[in-house]
This record gives sequence, structure tokens and C-alpha cells, in this order.
Amino acid sequence: MKVIYTDVLVIGGGLAGLRVGIGARRRGHDVVILSLVPPKRSHSCAAQGGMQASLGNVVKAQGDNEDVHFEDTVRGSDWGADQKVVRMFVNTAPKAIRELAAWGVPWSRVQKGNREVIINGQKVVITERDEAHGLLIQRDFGGTKKWRACYVSDGTGHAMLYAVSDQAIAHSIPVHERMEALALIHEGARCQGAIARNLVSGELTAYVAKATAIASGGAGRLYRTTTNAVICEGIGTALALETGVAAVGNMEAIQFHPTAIFPAGILVTEGCRGDGGLLRDADGKRFMPDYEPEKKELASRDVVARRMEEHIHRGKGVQSRFGEHLWLDITLLGARHINSNLREVKEICRYFLGIDPIKDWIPVRPAQHYTMGGVRVNYTGESPTLKGLFAAGEAACWDMHGFNRLGGNSVAETVVAGMIVGEFIADFCDSPENNVDFSTALIGEFLQREQTKLDTLIDGNGIEEANTLRVRMQEIMTEKVGIFRTGDDLASAVEELQELLLRSRNIGLRYRAPGANPELVSAYRVQKMLKLALCVAHGALTRTESRGAHFRQDYPRRNDAEWLKRTLATWKNADDTLPSLAWEPLDVMQMELPPGWRGYGAKDYLDHPDTARRAAEVEATRSKLSASGRWAVQEALMPYETLLPTRFRGRNERIDEPLERHLTVRQNARQT
Amino acid sequence: MTDVAVIPMRTPAATGEHRKLKIGILRYNPQEPASVPHMQTYDLDEADGMTLFIALNEIRETQDASLHFDFVCRAGICGSCAMVINGRPALACRTLTKNLGPDISLAPLPVFELIADLSVNTGKWMRAMSERLQTWVHRKEEEIDLSRLEERMEPELAQKVYELDRCIECGCCVAGCGTARMREDFVGAVGLNKIARFRLDPRDARDDDAFYELIGDDDGVFGCMSLLACHDVCPKELPLATQIAFLRRKMVSIGWK
Repeated sequence: MKVIYTDVLVIGGGLAGLRVGIGARRRGHDVVILSLVPPKRSHSCAAQGGMQASLGNVVKAQGDNEDVHFEDTVRGSDWGADQKVVRMFVNTAPKAIRELAAWGVPWSRVQKGNREVIINGQKVVITERDEAHGLLIQRDFGGTKKWRACYVSDGTGHAMLYAVSDQAIAHSIPVHERMEALALIHEGARCQGAIARNLVSGELTAYVAKATAIASGGAGRLYRTTTNAVICEGIGTALALETGVAAVGNMEAIQFHPTAIFPAGILVTEGCRGDGGLLRDADGKRFMPDYEPEKKELASRDVVARRMEEHIHRGKGVQSRFGEHLWLDITLLGARHINSNLREVKEICRYFLGIDPIKDWIPVRPAQHYTMGGVRVNYTGESPTLKGLFAAGEAACWDMHGFNRLGGNSVAETVVAGMIVGEFIADFCDSPENNVDFSTALIGEFLQREQTKLDTLIDGNGIEEANTLRVRMQEIMTEKVGIFRTGDDLASAVEELQELLLRSRNIGLRYRAPGANPELVSAYRVQKMLKLALCVAHGALTRTESRGAHFRQDYPRRNDAEWLKRTLATWKNADDTLPSLAWEPLDVMQMELPPGWRGYGAKDYLDHPDTARRAAEVEATRSKLSASGRWAVQEALMPYETLLPTRFRGRNERIDEPLERHLTVRQNARQT
Repeated sequence: MTDVAVIPMRTPAATGEHRKLKIGILRYNPQEPASVPHMQTYDLDEADGMTLFIALNEIRETQDASLHFDFVCRAGICGSCAMVINGRPALACRTLTKNLGPDISLAPLPVFELIADLSVNTGKWMRAMSERLQTWVHRKEEEIDLSRLEERMEPELAQKVYELDRCIECGCCVAGCGTARMREDFVGAVGLNKIARFRLDPRDARDDDAFYELIGDDDGVFGCMSLLACHDVCPKELPLATQIAFLRRKMVSIGWK
């Protein structure tokens, strides 16, 4: 029996997992990171266009601060987010980006003086301030009031991932590559690590830990058409679900990105539209202003994706042998801009489409992009029901994105949640009461259980083919649990996914090698993925309203009166074919920003009974404290600062908000 | 405006005919005692827009479940899928079959530890290189005041650092390197480029004396024979020839001190 003991086990070597590991390591705890692939190959590297942090350096960002970032994020979430977590996030994002700047990320910088930009299809000259020269630059992104997305050309995630991964190496954190977690070890409501399989040798190892953190990213591969990497199969999230104790939250909240290249599904960044790119139809007409006069191409992703599909449905799509698509036109940005700020986009167009976006339009259509849901955790990142289990990043439902996340907020979440959850994990490990009495019998039992499952697949007499089941699942999800949903489609999806799940218990292999074996991997993963797919479809069927990216044609209105709550799914028994659903209400009376219109998309929604009362309270507080400054107002409306780890508290300096006035908070923000 | 662009994918579908591809793969799985290195050829009908990512997955799903290869992003940005394609190291995911002849040969990258078939352990090699060359910013002060404005940097300098930071550690440069075949510990163009990147970065407090300690020998910049295949095969088109020549000059001047 191979057992490795550590303080902290991190499952996933992308930005969130690495930053969690660094945080815990700096506090003196032993950390082991498991990763399916070398960490620098993680899907974090695919974040292109930018990281949201309210630095307010460029003129188009002047006046930006935590309050504006907070409101944009909550509106983007369609009020599904936990507003206290959003506050923790927006206050830490500037600190995270400044840490990354110090770690060597080559953020693009402000050049003082005049520059030409494209705004609403027109060339405009803007003048950057002298005092901003050399600070981080920002570009526009969807669903934001200010230019806030800081970027490294359009290789933002790559540069961040390399800097953070190299920091993990600098901190001597071991990353066990090509190791896949198969099950969480838990006794009752206490998580004690995981059983992992070496993808080269097939050997199982028990990793026993005080704290286990899932940071395995999203589940895009539940869908046929997705921008996600092939490793984004939601397996980490499924491990939590399979405990029967931890819950997954809001799995029905799936984001579709407006601009995936057609038909390959590879992402081209929202920065294309942020920098002035336009969406055009079969007639070459720019159509978004007709639907969204205020935000146009830069409404939130859920809204733009729906408008695009609606436009195609009206017969305005471009016909091609692969089906219909629309155009993304960035030709108006010019060669110089594309060659310096959108070079990955140019490479993708060149290699996968054989076109040059400096002169050609890019064929695009929405594709699955992001999993807002995930392992349900509280503000510390810990599961409220399975002690010692933490989650961060896309794998988590923390929950700062609610039913739609804003572009640039996810790569920001990876590092921000990594910082915050890393501290809470260190606190958890510091506390003597969280020591675990490891039982070798229990570890042996979990090891044996996983080995038996593998042996059954390898040596059993199953007749089903893993790949067939996976392809059918992906078709069902794309066709029936996609951008537009109906009760009938969802009911039939749930029914057929249950059949597939039953069939997945009878998989047989053509290739029976116990070691490196892609078919075996595919087999045990599809069993897990089908459970997650059922959480998505069943959650979507049950939620009889439309909110953010979850759009029900038969219930097109957001219904705060009945549905201002988070879906929680658990998988009680291994033999079940459906998750058990429960709902966690969001308390309007605690909200800093009571529900209202997002500023784009439909204006039609049903209010929660508390909304008017809370809105009046908020209004009264705002007018009473109007002379006391924005911090006093915020503090009175929804105090949150004590929720943050001490070292990440305190205000953020901006050109327009010098810090000298508030020296008292400096000590807290210092980092050792 | 409809004349602006047609998806310029392979067009033989117009005649209803697709090429028959013969894909030869160097097979060997060191995990299996009976396995010996051999070429195995698979017949495959070409499809529109087919990349080697699509082709290899189709072979594995329909013909041979035992075939090993690595893909992650399938978009040319993560560096997982480098292999020797018709004799030349390249990223498989963004290689369109229409740009190749009907007979295609695929082999794993040399130099790196073989996992099986087309899968090699670049991760282990790259981590060892990073540890040895300490490929992270060495700051003067450990403490960072996170509440303060970030340090300023000239925009052009940030752009230049990013230019070198674009390396995706795919291993093509190492696989194409003559020195790497002869010297097991040679850091490769990937390693030298990283030193060039941190040397350029004002946030890194290391001076040329410190860099000389890391690369001032035959396993470093003096091992390079200037064959420069690294430069030719780099999928990110990094300016490796210039960077290595420049580093060599700087390191020579330290060595002669």
C-alpha cells in the first residue's frame, strides 16, 4: 500500500491550485500538487484577453474602484452571486495583480500621451495621463462600466501561469504530474485526502492530508462544442459529488462564449470586441446595436451569445458546409494593433482557419466556455458539509459569478481565490484540532474500492463503449442543455442521460493494459462526467426561470420571488441515477446591491418580496452617509472586511486615490 | 459584403473526394515488456479542416485504442503536443493535414524520456531545467507592499520581455538541437531564452556574474554550436538565434574578466 502523507493536497496544477499551494507553503505547511499534465500546460494558459482588477490607470478607467467592479460583477451574475464573496474578490484583485507584477508578469503598460482607439466603430484619440505612464494598462471588456481588464498582449493567462508556476518551483513545491485523483478519502464528514492513479504506470497511491483542495477547473467537455481544453472534464468536481457528503452548486449555470472560431470551437478573446471589434451577419451588417442599444457588442456574454443565436435563427447566419455562423470583424483595429495586442488571435486564425484577421473577417459562433457552478464552498473556500475539503477557481462555487461571469473575472478569481483560500487552508492546518487520526484500515478500504473498480473495467465483461457514451452525452448537452432551454428538451435530456449512466456501469475495454491506457481513462471519467451532466440538466429542468446564462424559453423571466437561491446537488448513493437537489436561499436583506435591472438584456423580472424594502434601506443609508465617503457607505451596507485573511485587508492605492490618508491599514496589507 | 471571406478550409469536398492518408507512427511502449520500436501505418480518410489532433483521435477511437499521444488545449498555446512530423519537430494540434502530403510520418520528440508512442515527458525535463536555472524573478526585497501602486516599467520594455516570455516549453527547440543529443545536461534554447528573458527584466536583481554561474559553461551558452535548428522550428517564432548570440557575447565578457 503506497501512502504519501502531507499537510495540504492540491488537486489541479493550474493557476488556482498553484496559488493555493504557494500560500500554504509560505505559512510552513507541506504541500503536494497533483496534476494531470505538466502545470504549465493547464487550461489557465488559455485565458487570453485580460484580468479584471480596478486599478484605474488609463483615462477610460478613471473613477474605477472596488465599488464599480463590485456592481458590474453582481449585475453580471444576474444577482446569483454571494455579494460578500464578490466584495472580498474585488478588494483583493488589485493586490493579486500587483503581486503578479512583482513576480515578473510582463503586463502591458500605459504610454503617456495621445493614442488612437476604436470605440463604437469609430476612431477616437484619447490622451493618457503623464502620471499613469509605465503603470498597468487596461482595455474594455463586456459588462463593465470602466476599462478594467489588465492584460499581457492577448497571452494574459499564459504569462500569469508561467510566473506562478515558476514561483511554485521557487518554493520547492512538488508537483506530481500525470497523477489523477480518482476518489476522495473521507470518514463521515471529514475529508482526509485522495486516492490517485499514476497515468503512466497505473499504480494507485493514497495521498493523506489534513486539507484537500480541489482546483481542477471547469467541465466544458460535457459539451460537444466547447472552447475548453480536452482535460476540462470536471473530474475534480465529480470527486466531491461522489462523496455523497459535499454538494455541488449551480451546475446549471453554464456560460457560452460569443466568439469561438467556427467550427473548431477555439476561443478568440473578448478583447477583440473590447478593443473595438464588431459582430456582423450574412449581409455584413453590424447587428448588435439593434438588440442592445446601450452595450452593443459589449453586453455580458450570456446576452451577446443569445442575441447571436437569435439572429442566426432569424435567417441572418452565414451558410457554410459546417453549418451557420456569424462574423467577428477586427479589421478596423489595424495591423499595428493586431500585431501587438491580438497576436494569439492572429496565430489561431492563421493556423486553424488560414485567414489573416488584419484583412479577413473571422467566422464565429457561441460555444460552451465556463462552468459557473462547482464544489459548493463557503467564503473560506471550505465545503460546509465535508470538513477539510476546499475548492478554488473554476472548480468551485465560491460563489462570485452567480449565473454569469464577466470576462476577465475568472482568471482574476484563480489567483484571488488562490491567495484567500491558501491562507484559510494554512489557518486550518495550524489549528491542532484539525489534526487527523489516520486509519490505515480506512485508507486501505478506499484503495481497494478504487482498484476493484479499475479491475472490473479492465477484466470485466462489460459491453458498452466509453467513447460512444461520451459522444452521445456531449450531443445531448449541446442540443438540449445549451443556450436556449425548454422543459421538454431538458426532461428528455435527463431521461437519456440516466440511461447513459446506467449503460456506463457496464463499460468494457478493447485495450486492457493496466498502465498507460487512454481507453481506461476515458471509461472511468465518463462515469463521473455523466453524473455531473445530470446535475446540470436536472438543475436546469427544475429551475423554472431564466437567470444569467440559464435561459428557459418557457420561463423567460428572472423570478426573484421564487428562484433567488442556489441549487445544491448531492449524490446520495452510488446506485442513484439522479442527484438529490436542495436550494440555498440568498438573503436580499443582506445585499449591498438589491436585485434590479442589469443595464443590458431583458428588463422583465419578478421581484423578491424583500427587494423594495431592502432597496429603500440601502437608499436611506446612502443618503445619510453621502458626505462620509464611499468606504463608510459600503461598511454600513454590508460589512465584509473581517471575512478576509488579515494580510489581504486594507485599501488599494490608485493614482486618484493616494493611500497616505489611510496609513493605518498598511500594516495589514504587508506581506512577509 | 459576402465576398469578404469564405472559410478557406480544404476544398476537395466540392468534388466529393477526400484524400486517403497513410499515417505512419513510431510505436513503442516501454511499459510493455513485449513491445519493440516499430513503424505502424494507419489508413485514414481525410476530412475538411482536419488537423493531426483530429486525425490521431480518430485513429484511436476507430482503429487502435492503444495509441498514446498528448493533447491539452488543441489550440497551439499549451505546448503539449510537440512531435516529429515528417522529420521536423512541430505542434501537432495546429498542423493541418492538407498542408502535408498523403503519407505522413509521426515520431515522438527525441531527447525527452519516452512515455509511450508519441507521448514524452517534457514536464520532467522542463522542471529540472527551471530548478537549475532558477527561472523566476529574484527580487531585491522579498517584501511586496500589495496595497501600493505597482512598480512602473517602460511600455516597450514590457513588450520586449513578453516577446521572450511567449515560450510554451513545447520542447521543439530541444528536439531539434544537435548539442542536446550529445550533452545530456545542455539547457537548450528554451533555457537560454529564459535567462535572456530574466536578464532583460529590471525586476530581477541578478547580474551577469550570477547568470554566468548558471549558463557560463558547455552545458549552457558555450555548448551551443550555432546550428540554430531551434530558431527554425520554434512554433512561437521566438528570436532564439539573436538571443543566444547576444547572451554568448555577454557571457564571454564576464568569462574574460
